[in-house]
Amino acid sequence: MATRSTRALAAAFLLLGAAGAARAAERYGIGRAATPAEIAAWNIDIDREGRKLPPGRGSVAQGRAVFEAHCAACHGAHGEGGIGDPLVGGQGTLATAKPVKTVGSFWPYAPTLFDYIRRAMPMNAPGSLSPDDVYAVSAYILNLNGLVPDGAVLDAPGLAAIRMPNRDGFVADPRPDVGR
Amino acid sequence: MTRDPDGPPARRRFLVQGAAAAVGALAGAARAEEAMPPGTPEWMTVPGADVGSQTYGTPSRFEADVIRNVPKGLKQYISASSRTPLQDLDGILTPNGLFYERHHGGIPDIDPARHRLMIHGLVETPLVLTMDDIRRFPSESHIHFLECSGNPSFEAIKGQTASDLVGLVSCAEWTGVRLATVLREAGLKPEAKWVVAEGADAAALTRSIPVEKCLDDALLVYSQNGERLRPQQGYPLRVLLPGFEGNMNVKWLRRLNVTAEPAYSREETAKYTDSMPDGTARQFTFVMEAKSIITRPSGTQRIVRGFNEITGIAWSGRGRIQRVEVSVDDGRTWADAALQAPVLTRALTRFRLPWSWDGTPTTIMSRAIDETGYVQPSFSDLTAVRGLKSFYHNNAIVPWRVAETGEVANGYA
Repeated sequence: MATRSTRALAAAFLLLGAAGAARAAERYGIGRAATPAEIAAWNIDIDREGRKLPPGRGSVAQGRAVFEAHCAACHGAHGEGGIGDPLVGGQGTLATAKPVKTVGSFWPYAPTLFDYIRRAMPMNAPGSLSPDDVYAVSAYILNLNGLVPDGAVLDAPGLAAIRMPNRDGFVADPRPDVGR
Repeated sequence: MTRDPDGPPARRRFLVQGAAAAVGALAGAARAEEAMPPGTPEWMTVPGADVGSQTYGTPSRFEADVIRNVPKGLKQYISASSRTPLQDLDGILTPNGLFYERHHGGIPDIDPARHRLMIHGLVETPLVLTMDDIRRFPSESHIHFLECSGNPSFEAIKGQTASDLVGLVSCAEWTGVRLATVLREAGLKPEAKWVVAEGADAAALTRSIPVEKCLDDALLVYSQNGERLRPQQGYPLRVLLPGFEGNMNVKWLRRLNVTAEPAYSREETAKYTDSMPDGTARQFTFVMEAKSIITRPSGTQRIVRGFNEITGIAWSGRGRIQRVEVSVDDGRTWADAALQAPVLTRALTRFRLPWSWDGTPTTIMSRAIDETGYVQPSFSDLTAVRGLKSFYHNNAIVPWRVAETGEVANGYA
């Protein structure tokens, strides 16, 4: 707070001098400082390298139980899809006339799976799974796609180390590509 | 006099009901004739509804079919979209109640007094702002379109109406504060390259925005067409990125994380990337390219021989519409349509062309040219390059077929 009021004061001084007017216009002394604890509580962004994955761990076997309890109703008993997207299969189809885009065939980064499940799933109760549950169900979905073995236990380094089959499948926007 | 909060005063209601009963006794046809010359319409024979009888006005009951176009039979309606009835609207501004919707976790019911915006990451001073704080910053208003990136997908072009085809575009006057102003309040560090925006919805929807866009024309918006945002449009606060695909304009905004790299969130990897025939997917395809559609006459409408005004809307995420050309002979010849002022950057532009239809079956269509010289392509030119599986960013010309009967139908179907 001291920083904020100091800055507001500085802005006020700058306002007094014509030369400082432009600089002062950039800062208004509005709002309050966010505390590290507040930021830590709200910041759930996981980058693609998994550097921001939280502590915790979960096994494929635990993940199967979590999946059956919270995910299978929409995504199918084996992740084949239903009300929700299919999560499994499709590897090798992206360059065909019928690409099947799933976690296994299309998602480029495994940590994104943790990020998305934690923030948005299950759809009827987002944010309700513990970090251990999220690791476990991520492990199970990756196992269904043949990307981790049946006995796998995933934690932050383990999830970050997985190389997804379509990691290099994305390209930059080349548009305008059509239209003279 | 006692008032029923939902209706007119008791005495008035009696009179109106009496008049309605008297009129109702007549046959429908006779009643209609009575309003025509030389008759007197019944709405001139008794006073109308009281001033203030609607404390928030709604359209005439005779316009009850002008509503959002909600797809039927979806597997769920939590992550889904509804379309603006473009063919029923005039001008360039979309009424707030008819603005298209695309939600990923339903529509949250946010108490603005308890809503906070956090700005953190690569900033000098992480901030927490209340809605009152945000409204203290200098404000601006700008008219811009907003369009869903899949409007429509390349495999969903058989819809009947203009709304079925491209109803995931709307336009409004947005009021808020420049995102640059708020970011400078927190102080960007030199390594800041992206701003990851997160919504306070059940999807906690997350998209990464290049810092150049944030410091250019991006807004944090709290009002739309003069009133506070509707819940469907992000109440109490949303991002507005003029010309960028709809989902990046994060609604119910609660967090801005300033970073050196994109988040690579699910919405910018698994979704909202454009699959090409070679199996690669284009990523960070932000801009909505120039596009237009004739909204009248359009699919399911019927025209008569003689004079018909052709009118529609055009827009470009790269700037102003420079020209709209209309063909009434299936693309053989093109004429310049008149553009209704104001022609604004990254806003809908209304175009018009007078036309006399001689009764010969034909196909009519429009194509937009923006200030960069880009010309709206045909569907075949677009799909020759991108195939049919890229889902997003279909800005193809829409042909309308006019039958000998005057019935207008989708030229793709």
